[in-house]
Amino acid sequence: MTSIWRRAVLSEYFILYLSVAWFAALTPITPGFATAENLGNIFSSMLPLLVVAIGQTVVLITGGIDLSVTSTIALASTVGALLTTRKEGAGPALAAIAVMLGIGIAIGAVNGLAIHSLRMPPFIVTLATMMFFSGFAIWLTASRNIHELPQAFTRIGRGLDGGIALTLIVAVAVHVILTRSILGRWLYAIGRNVRTALVSGVLVSRTTIAAYTISGVCAAVASILYTGRLETGSPVLGQRILLDVIGATVIGGASLFGGRGKVLWTVFGVLFMTLVDNSLNLLGLSNFAVLMAKGFVILGAALLDTARRRYV
Amino acid sequence: MSERLVCTGLTKSFSTVRVLKGVSLTARAGRTLGLVGENGAGKSTLMNLIGGVHRPDSGTMTLEGRPYAPASPIQALDRGIAFVHQELNLFGNLSVADNMFITGFPRRFGLIDRKTMNVRAAGFLEKVDLRVSPNTPVDALPQGERQLVEIAKALHGSSKLIILDEPTTSLSHRETTRLFETMDRLRSEGVALVYISHALDDVLRLCDDLAILRDGELVATGPRDEFTRDRLISLMVGRPIGQLYPERPPASLRTVILEARNISQAGVAQSINLQAHQGEVLGIAGLMGSGRSELARILFGLDPHSSGEVLLNDADITHLTPRARIERGMAFLTESRREDGLFMDASIADNMAIVRRQPARIPELCAALGVKRANLDRQPVRQLSGGNQQKVALAKWLIEPPKLLILDEPTRGVDVGAKYEIYKLMNDLARQGVALIVISSEVEELTGMCDRIVVMSKGETKAEFTPPFDRARILGAAV
Repeated sequence: MTSIWRRAVLSEYFILYLSVAWFAALTPITPGFATAENLGNIFSSMLPLLVVAIGQTVVLITGGIDLSVTSTIALASTVGALLTTRKEGAGPALAAIAVMLGIGIAIGAVNGLAIHSLRMPPFIVTLATMMFFSGFAIWLTASRNIHELPQAFTRIGRGLDGGIALTLIVAVAVHVILTRSILGRWLYAIGRNVRTALVSGVLVSRTTIAAYTISGVCAAVASILYTGRLETGSPVLGQRILLDVIGATVIGGASLFGGRGKVLWTVFGVLFMTLVDNSLNLLGLSNFAVLMAKGFVILGAALLDTARRRYV
Repeated sequence: MSERLVCTGLTKSFSTVRVLKGVSLTARAGRTLGLVGENGAGKSTLMNLIGGVHRPDSGTMTLEGRPYAPASPIQALDRGIAFVHQELNLFGNLSVADNMFITGFPRRFGLIDRKTMNVRAAGFLEKVDLRVSPNTPVDALPQGERQLVEIAKALHGSSKLIILDEPTTSLSHRETTRLFETMDRLRSEGVALVYISHALDDVLRLCDDLAILRDGELVATGPRDEFTRDRLISLMVGRPIGQLYPERPPASLRTVILEARNISQAGVAQSINLQAHQGEVLGIAGLMGSGRSELARILFGLDPHSSGEVLLNDADITHLTPRARIERGMAFLTESRREDGLFMDASIADNMAIVRRQPARIPELCAALGVKRANLDRQPVRQLSGGNQQKVALAKWLIEPPKLLILDEPTRGVDVGAKYEIYKLMNDLARQGVALIVISSEVEELTGMCDRIVVMSKGETKAEFTPPFDRARILGAAV
C-alpha cells in the first residue's frame, strides 16, 4: 500500500491524480458537476486554453515567458472577423484563417527576434508586444465586437470535432517537436544554460525565434477556436486567460526557470485548472469568492508539488 | 611530424587589457602539446581563439596548411576542432546521448533517429570506458563521469585537434588514469592534442611538446625532454620558487574552538566527533563522496543533521542559522566558487560586502591579499582569473577576522603562485589564533599545511594522523 502511495506521489501523472481526486471529492457536494453535459462543457472549454498553454510550455522550456499570447488571440480574432465579413464563401474563410495564423507567426517572430537579437528580457518584450497589439486590435475595430460571422468561418472553431481536431494536431505536433526533433533538444538545452548552448554550437537564435513563433501560432489557433465558438471577432478576446495559461503550465510541471516541461504535463495542468474553475462556479460562489478559492487551490497544489519533489 | 595547427602572432585584448601579446604556437598530428602557465597568463583566451569562442585582434592561424579563422564554435567543430572546456558544458536535463549529438543528431525522416544515436553514443562511451546507458540524464551522473561524457562528446566528431582545458580537476584517480589512456590512444590514431593543466606532473608525463605562457606571451616552447618540473615552475612564475608550502611553527592544541559531538545524518555522516583548536590547521582528507563537504555544510548550519551537537567556544550552536554562526565567528569558503562561493556577475566590492558591510576594509584587504584587478566597484569577478577569484571569495570572510574558518578545496583551479599566497594567508590566520579546517583532495597539500589530518570515508572518520605524515597511510585510510 505504501509503495503504491509513494509511486502515485512521485509519478509524473501526479497532477492527473490530483485532478481525479478533486473530481471525486467535489462530485457529491457540487450540483451538476458529474453530468454528461457539464463534462462536455469542461472538455470544450479546456481545448483553446490547452492550445495556448502548449505554446507557452515551449517558451517556458527555453527559460522565457510569453505574455503576448492574449493580444495575439485578440488581434487574430478581429482581423479574421474583418476579413470574413467582407466576403462570403469557403475560399475567403480559409484565407482569413491563413491570415490569422500569419499574425501568430509574425508576433511570435517579432518577440523572438527582439529577445535574441536585442538581448532584451522576454518578460519586457512580450509585455510590450502584448500592450501594443492589444491596443492595435481595439483601434482596428474602434473598440467594437464584430458579429454575424459567416458559417464557413465559424464552423471550424465552433463544433467540438473541429476543436478536437485542431487541438490534437497542435498537441501531437508540439509533442513530436519536443521529444523527437533537434529543435526540441535545443529548446531544452538553451533553457538549461544559454552559455553552454552557445559554446556547444547550438543555434540559439533560431531556437529562440522558433519557440516564440510556435507560441504565436498556438495562440492564433486558440483564436480560431474562440472566435468560432463565440461567432464574434472581439478585440478583448482572451484577455483574462493569460495567468490561467501560465499557472496551468507551471502546475503541470514546466519550470519558470527553463529546461523542464512536457505537453502531457501541460494537458494535466490545464485539466486541473479547468476542473477547479468549473466546480467553483457550479457551487454558486460569487465571482470574487471563486477567485479567492482558486488562489488557495493553486497555492495548495503548488505546495503539494514542491513537497513531493523534496520527498524524492 | 606534420604540422596540424599553426598560430602566428595572435593578439587579443579585452576592453583595455592586453591578454595575448603575439603568441605563435604549433600543434602537431599524433602529438600532445602541453600548455602551462599561471592563471591569467592567457591560456584560456588562446584556446578560445582556436575554438572559435573569440576572434583574435591580429595574427593568423592555419589548419593543415589551409587558413583557419573560425567565427563561431560551430565553425571550429566543422573543421574538426573539439574543445573540452574547464567548466562542464553539458545539459543536465538532457540524456548522455543528447548531449553528445547536440549539434549533429543522426536523423531519419527529419526527426532524431534515437536508435542510431544510442548505438553510436554507446560506442563512444566504450572508448572512454564509461559504462552508463546513453539514455541516462546527465544530472543523474556523478561529477567525474560527467567529465568523461564531455570527452566522449569531443570524440564523436571526426576530430583533428582536441583541446582539453583542465579536464582532471573533478576526476578521481581511476577516472584520470582512464582519461590518460584514452588520450594516448587518440594520439596514436593521429589526433593532435592540446592539454592544459596545473598538474605539472601529469603534463610532464603525458605531453610530447610543451609551451609555457606568462603574461600573455609565449616564454618557452620545445620537446618535453628540455624541461624539468623546476624549470617549468620558474618559467611560469618568472622567478625561481623556493618551496611549495611556507613554514609555520606547530600549533599547541590547547584551546578547543569548535567541537562536533556525534554528528549523524543518514547517508552523509555517522557519529562524527571532531575538535578544532585555536591556531590549528586541521585537515580533512577523503575521496569524493566521503562526506567531507557535507560535514562542512552541517558544521556551518547549511544542511540538517539528525543527531549530535556543535559547540563553538563551548557554547551550543547546534540550532543556529548560518547567519548566527557567522556572528559568532564562523566562516566557510565553499568548494565551488562558481556555484555558491561568489556572485560571478557582481563586482569585487559587492562580493566582499556580502558577509559584513565595512566598505573601508575592502581595498585594504584586496591589497593585503594581492588581488589583481582593474576596478573594485565595476569589474565583475567573472573576469578575474581563478586565483584572484579565490582570493576574493576568501577575503569576504576576513572583513572581520573569524574564530573558525572552514576551507573546502581552497586551491582548486588555482595556479602555483596564487596557491603559495593562499597558503601563506592560511598560516598567518593560524598564527593569529584562528582555527582552520581544511578539506582537500590533494593529500600533499594537507601534509604540507596541517597540524593534524582526519581521514573520512563513507561518512565516518576513519583515522587521525599527526606529523610526520605518511602519505601512503593517509591514502590507504581514505579508500
